Formats: sequence, structure tokens, C-alpha cells
Amino acid sequence: MIKLAEAEATLSSFYEEMRDKGAPRLRAAAWAAFSASGLPSRRVESWHYTDLKTAMGRPAPLATASHAALSLPRAHDSLRLVTLDGVFRPDLSDTARLPEGVAVQSLRDALTKGEPHVMSALASADIGAQDPILALNAALMQDGVVVEIAAGTRISRAIELATLSSAEAAQSTYTRALVMLGEGAQATLVETLGARSAASAQDNSALVLRLAQNARVDLVTHLSGGVEHSIRVASLLAHLDAGATINSFALIEDDGLLRRQIFARLDGERARAAFNGATLGRGRLHADTTLIVDHAKPNGASRECFRNILDDQSVGVFQGKVIVRPGAQKTDGAMQSKALLLSEQATMNNKPELEIFADDVQCGHGATCGRLDKDQLFYLSARGLPRREAEALLIEGFANEAMEALEDDQLKAFLVDRVSAWLSRRIAR
Amino acid sequence: MLEIKDLHVSVGEREILKGLTLSVKAGEVAAIMGPNGTGKSTLSYVVAGREGYEATKGEVRLNGENILDLDPAERAAKGIFLAFQYPVEIPGVATMTFLKAALNAQRRARGEPELQTPEFMKRVKEAAASLGIAQDMLRRPLNAGFSGGEKKRMEILQMALLQPRLAILDETDSGLDIDALRVVADGVNALRAPERAFVVITHYQRLLEYIRPDTVHVMAQGRIMRSGGPELALELEARGYQDYIAQEAA
Repeated sequence: MIKLAEAEATLSSFYEEMRDKGAPRLRAAAWAAFSASGLPSRRVESWHYTDLKTAMGRPAPLATASHAALSLPRAHDSLRLVTLDGVFRPDLSDTARLPEGVAVQSLRDALTKGEPHVMSALASADIGAQDPILALNAALMQDGVVVEIAAGTRISRAIELATLSSAEAAQSTYTRALVMLGEGAQATLVETLGARSAASAQDNSALVLRLAQNARVDLVTHLSGGVEHSIRVASLLAHLDAGATINSFALIEDDGLLRRQIFARLDGERARAAFNGATLGRGRLHADTTLIVDHAKPNGASRECFRNILDDQSVGVFQGKVIVRPGAQKTDGAMQSKALLLSEQATMNNKPELEIFADDVQCGHGATCGRLDKDQLFYLSARGLPRREAEALLIEGFANEAMEALEDDQLKAFLVDRVSAWLSRRIAR
Repeated sequence: MLEIKDLHVSVGEREILKGLTLSVKAGEVAAIMGPNGTGKSTLSYVVAGREGYEATKGEVRLNGENILDLDPAERAAKGIFLAFQYPVEIPGVATMTFLKAALNAQRRARGEPELQTPEFMKRVKEAAASLGIAQDMLRRPLNAGFSGGEKKRMEILQMALLQPRLAILDETDSGLDIDALRVVADGVNALRAPERAFVVITHYQRLLEYIRPDTVHVMAQGRIMRSGGPELALELEARGYQDYIAQEAA
């Protein structure tokens, strides 16, 4: 018990450090919300399968700004905006090459200026407000990036929001990106969350997406780079106005404790959301995807398709909740989570939920958990594929099912390559 | 080519094959006919190497080599091909991806260079055209949502690409209408060659009107009960299998 009190005392000292770094009222409200519950234990329902209170028994020191030059390889042809060790780095970013209609500033600058539209976008009180770790992110946010895409702007090149840790010693980072799309604007975003060092980072990041009427975002999230004791919680807060669309896919891999949590509110008629993803688990990876999709207005649609591929002692979690508010008639929802267990020690926790308060809706969910199919394996082997290669082909096919909605060929190729690399390592063992 | 001697096979606790002996020469098309539940599919699985089909006695030789200790992929690389009675659906794996992976895995196992994409595509397109398989079917996930006839044609396409030495067709005629049956039979006949053998397992004589066998073997109760020429198939069509079932009972 002493250790846990210690953890919260350390976080409190972080808050003392950050409270006067812009947006004091927002931080104070968020800190109050966090303090009321503290670090979530298994007793908090939405954190039941991920015991953060134990994992974060000893918070690593808050990252301090480093200005080290760093060469970051590019995996795809995107315009990159880099937040490194808790600080937005224009020198590592493509800020000079931004297309017309796109404005970028650091979160730190935006908080200092306190522009009302930015403040209100950050302070959106909705379903995510209940989450202590998202509240902690708001209370302690060090820096990040604010991207504004003007109404009607259509960006052909993807914008990459890279949030990385590179420190050699353990550290904590609290970062936040805000992307606002005006009416009818369209953009492809790549969210890269990871590390460039082997230190056990504790990273808490949030991406806040605000989509005005008929705006569209295609989002690919790559959550990786963990080492055994690292903790990385990445939250996505999406707010969709009428006719807006988000089509997203997330790949989770590597090691450590990784959690992606999605809070999406479809707050206008005909809003459409797809949250898909795949997890590649090996070693002791603990990968948690927890999402709440909140249909507040009629004629909305949401799709969730997740695939967990779990080897060794890895643990997968999927908690998906679809809420249909009273009056959100004609909502069309389908949620599916399938897991493939590749070892006796791997574990999957599936918890799909529907909360429906409207009477004229079509919503369904399905969750399965199984092993590789023996008939399929024999079929492939009988065609000449050695056991491990036959398994790899089936695993690849299983992951591909979650990628079908991806429209960007280059990003799809990038993800397919990641899956292949993971499978090659498995074959080589 | 294929020599099976006194083969006993159990699946779980049950003995299915009870001393089966069969010899098939290179260039030969051997038909195996018999009533349902007599172990015909078991025979195809044990030759292909399916897990859980354990030979408790006897031997299976391919060109003199005992193959019972080889895994299915090794047997495939040595030239054994099984056209499945129920081809398996594999969602998420594009047919073309699968075909290339299978062909190149066999080539690697034999120490041959892998086939590059242009040459591979050329071969697939030729084989697909001759079997009336549309290009878009090759881009779809393997067998997923294919009709019964499409699945069987896909089996023959794989056989044409992989060029096996011994092909076992397990009730390839089941579920086919007469047009599809003709396409499939033409595909098989096109592959008949002096260095290749076929074992055609069927319940009905109908398929053998299109694929003319050199030898016909009656299988019942886990054994080959009688062997003969093509005329034996006609006799079976006229009299049914009751003689062989009765023999066992007596």
C-alpha cells in the first residue's frame, strides 16, 4: 500500500511542475478528476484486465526536454510531425512543407496562447471524461502538436504524428495531439507511437480528433517499440459532426504493456466510424484495446473489426462497448473481435458490450477465440507448405481480414510488411 | 510408382484400413470404387500424410521410398498431390498468393530455383483459362464462397500448376453437374503422361466415362477386394456393391 501511495505522490509532484504551463483551469479540473479515483486497479471495470495500478507502482521521472539531433528512418511517404521525449520538435518535422490549408503549432504554444477554439476542443467533456488515465494526460500534458485543417481542404499526402521516446533512462511522457478538420476537409493521418531506445518508458499520449460536418479522416495507428517493463497508453478521442467519417486501423506489436483506448462520439446524423485493428503478441506483451463508440444521433454507422494474434505468454484484451442513445434511430453497428492463440500460455480476454436505448437499430457483435484450424493447416501442408509457413499464411490471412477497409495502398503495404516481418521472425525461431 | 502393402490404419481407436494392398504403375490411371464408409478417404489421407491417420502396420512406398515418416509438405515436394473431396476455405488468403507460396515451397524443397512472378503468372493464366476459371477468382480468398464446382476446378488448377507424379482424386465428381464434370475430366486427361500416375477414388461409374481408367479396384471393409480392368466398373454399376458387403458378413 505504501508503494501505491508513493506512486500517486510522484504523479502529484509532476502536476505541481506542470500546473502553470498553460491551461491552468483545464489542468486543475483534470487533476481533480484523476485524484478522485487515482491509478485504476482491477476494480475499475474498464481497467479490469489491465492492472495499471500495479504496473505503475513506480512512475519514472518526467521527461526533460532534449534537443539531441536524431535520425528517424521513414517507413512511408508522409509529412511528419515529431514529438520526441515529450517535446514537439519542429527541427525534426516537415513544418516547412505543409500544404495550403494546414496550420501547425506546438501544443505548448497553443496552451500558452489559450485560444478559445483550441481550449474548448481540448476540454470536450464527454465519454472519455470518466477515464482516469486520459484525465491524467490532460492534467500533465507537456507538449504535442495542434493541427488545423481548413474547411474544404483535401490533403493527398498523409500526415504522420510521431510520438517517440529516445531517452537512455526510464522516463515518463505526457503528450497530446489535437487535429481539427473543418467542414468537408479530408486527411490521412498516421499515428506512430513508439520508442527509439531500449529504456522502459512510461508514455501516456492522447490524440484528439474533431471532425466538422462531412469531414473525413483515415487513420493508421502503429503502437510499438515497447520493451519488457515499458508502459504505453494511447488514447483516441474522436468527435464526429453530421456526415463525418473516420476510418481507422491500429497495429499493436512488440513488448511491454500497451493499451489503446478509443472514445468516439458520433454527434451528428449520418456519421460513420470504423475502428479496426490487429495485435501481434509475443513474449510477455500485454496488449489492451478498449473502446467506447457512442451513437448520439440517428442514421449513424460504426464498424469494429479486431484480430488478436497471440504467441508465447502474451495477453490480449478487447473491450468494446457500443452505446446507442435514445433517439439515435437507424443506427447500424457491427463489432467483431477474433483471437488466434498460437501457444498454450497465451491468453485472450474478450468483452463486447452493447447498450441500446433506441428501438429501431441494427447492432450486432461477435467474439471468438481459437487456435489454427487443423483442416486448413493440413490443406496447405498437402500443397507443400512446411508447417511454419502454412501457419504464417493462415495468420497473415487472419490479420488481413481486419485490413480490408484500408484504402491507402502505401499504408496498407507498410502494415502488411510489418505483419510479414513478425511472421518471418516466428518462422526463424 | 505407388506400392501399398498390408496397410493397417487406425483413426483414434478405430481401425479403418485392414490390410490394404495396392500397386499403381507410372502412367496408370487406377480407379478405386467402393461403398460409403469403407475407408476410401482414409486411404487418400494416409498417403498424403494427414495427422491422426496412423499406420499401425504395413508400408506405403513412392518410387521405392517409404513415405510414412515424411510430413505432408515433404510428400508434396516428392510429387504427391491430393485433390480434396471437400476443399478447405481459407478466408484472408488470396488464391494467387497461396498458389505462388505452394509452388515455390515445393521448388525450394527440391532444390529448384523459385519461379519469378512473370513466369508464375503466365503459367497460372494458361491453366486457369483452360479450366474456365475467371481471373477475378484468383484474386479472391482461396475457396471462400466458391461454389462446389469452382472449388473442384480450383483443385485441378493446383494440380496442373504443381505437376505431381502421383495425383489422388478423392471423389472429385461429387457435387458436380455434367458440364463441370467434363471440364474437370478434361483437366485431368490433359495431365495424363507416362511418368505420372492417378488414383481416382469414386463412388459412381459416371466419372470413369470421362476419365478412362486402366485398372479398377473394388474397396470394401478397409481392403481391396478385387482388381480388374475397366469392365469391372461396368459390372459394379450394374450389380452394386452388395456382393462385397455380403462377403464380409459371411
